Amino acid sequence: MAGQERNVKLKLENVCKVFKNRDGESLVLEDINLDIYDNEFLCVVGPSGCGKSTLLNILAGLTEASSGTAYCNGNPIEGTGTERGVVFQQYALFPWLTVKKNVRFALEMRGIKGKEADKLAMEYLEGVHLSDYANHYPKELSGGMKQRVAIARAYAAEPEVLLMDEPFGALDAQTRMVLQSDLLETWNKDRKTCFFITHDVEEAVFLAQRIVVMSTHPGRIVSTIDVPLPYPRTQELKMTPEFNEIRMNAWKQVYSDIL
Amino acid sequence: MAKSTDKQKKKDKRLHSFLLKIPARVWLLISLILAMALWYVLSIIPATSRAFPNVVETMASLKTMIDRGVFFKDLSSSLISVGLGFIIAFLLALPVAILMAWYLPVRKILNPWIQFIRNIPPLAYVPLIVICAGVGRRPQVIVITIACFLTMCVTIYQGVMNVDETLIKAAKVLGASDRDIFIRVITPATLPFIMTAVRLGASVALTTLIAAESTGAVAGLGMRIRSLSNSFEPAPMLLYIIIIGIIGMLIETGIRHLERRLTRWQDKREM
Repeated sequence: MAGQERNVKLKLENVCKVFKNRDGESLVLEDINLDIYDNEFLCVVGPSGCGKSTLLNILAGLTEASSGTAYCNGNPIEGTGTERGVVFQQYALFPWLTVKKNVRFALEMRGIKGKEADKLAMEYLEGVHLSDYANHYPKELSGGMKQRVAIARAYAAEPEVLLMDEPFGALDAQTRMVLQSDLLETWNKDRKTCFFITHDVEEAVFLAQRIVVMSTHPGRIVSTIDVPLPYPRTQELKMTPEFNEIRMNAWKQVYSDIL
Repeated sequence: MAKSTDKQKKKDKRLHSFLLKIPARVWLLISLILAMALWYVLSIIPATSRAFPNVVETMASLKTMIDRGVFFKDLSSSLISVGLGFIIAFLLALPVAILMAWYLPVRKILNPWIQFIRNIPPLAYVPLIVICAGVGRRPQVIVITIACFLTMCVTIYQGVMNVDETLIKAAKVLGASDRDIFIRVITPATLPFIMTAVRLGASVALTTLIAAESTGAVAGLGMRIRSLSNSFEPAPMLLYIIIIGIIGMLIETGIRHLERRLTRWQDKREM
């Protein structure tokens, strides 16, 4: 992308986060500076406790930074906004609503009602291959299916940015691979800015154009790694030497302080 | 040796699967028949026979009570008190529980009060209520309202506190307003607890009946049991006790039915 001017979609400027607890204060995020570009797929990798989820919550507007500012489209982030969609690790589907009504919820929040909402909800469900399960309740679905519904619901809100907090972290290896491929396929179509958190280095290399590596205590950005592998990417890519070289490099940086 | 235990195990398994196949209605019938048998035994043992007249005698007393012109008065009076007390308690418990869950000062101040009053038997504070509210319908409803309110408030409060925070976050990021979150997230998420509260509240309303009707009531199942006790008429007394039990079971069944319809989405948890 050399020479090409890229718009900054999300920006973190000197962001710090301090949590107060019984033993006093603990610094969770220390001086985070990061630009996330329009249409970029960015992965944040780090060991647990490095504050990556806190970072996502700040971008989502669910948590406030203790100091520093987060921006979206150049405006300081204050609270949640529908231009920033979130996919949570624990799916966060409304258990009292059917699959279709979960997706409809997002549409209704946009002011779409009635037949139109039904039709659109089915389209979003088709996008994640779950239209056959429209009238099922979340408890009747597997983890992978639940997360597909959650992704469909996030898309139904038509966000400009997708913030994903270890969305595949609770899934088995096989399901995870399928969902990774599906997510990339969708992303490759619309190139929606994606801020994806994971602790799985391989997942990060497979998905991202750029990886941000964080360290723990306090949470800091230690490096950024470019992943110049072309899209569309398929699972076979994981077998190639180029992929493994990047993966090992990233792996060393993530686990350098543990080793 | 090992073989015989294996055989035994197989037998046990077969018995278990056979027991599982018996329909609920049949079990209920078996339970009822055994209860009647037990009742019969109680009615012939000298030590208990005076308190437990046999089925025929007890059922015959229904006619006596109807002829005296009190039966339907008692029944309707009690049902009105229980119904009113329960409804008022529910209408109070719902907002109070939500306020307690949302506002720390409300919680910190009200919670000790509730815990304090909850463990006092209603019969103990009945005189205070009679002094304040006089006799008649009003004190009865007040006693039932207090007892129901305490139980329901605690249960609903726990329900609101237990709402999964990620669900609220998920609604927020989808653009839900506070009103949307209240109506479309917190209310349905709390519904299972509200239904449990309704069930517990209905049960408390009935068990408080005797206390409530000891406020100088002129009719009522609880009041009548006390008066029949004074005139030593065990047959109608037992009849009234059984009727209270049947009302309780009917209410419980009705609420459970409603509960199942309203919370079908929930993971099944038999209690």
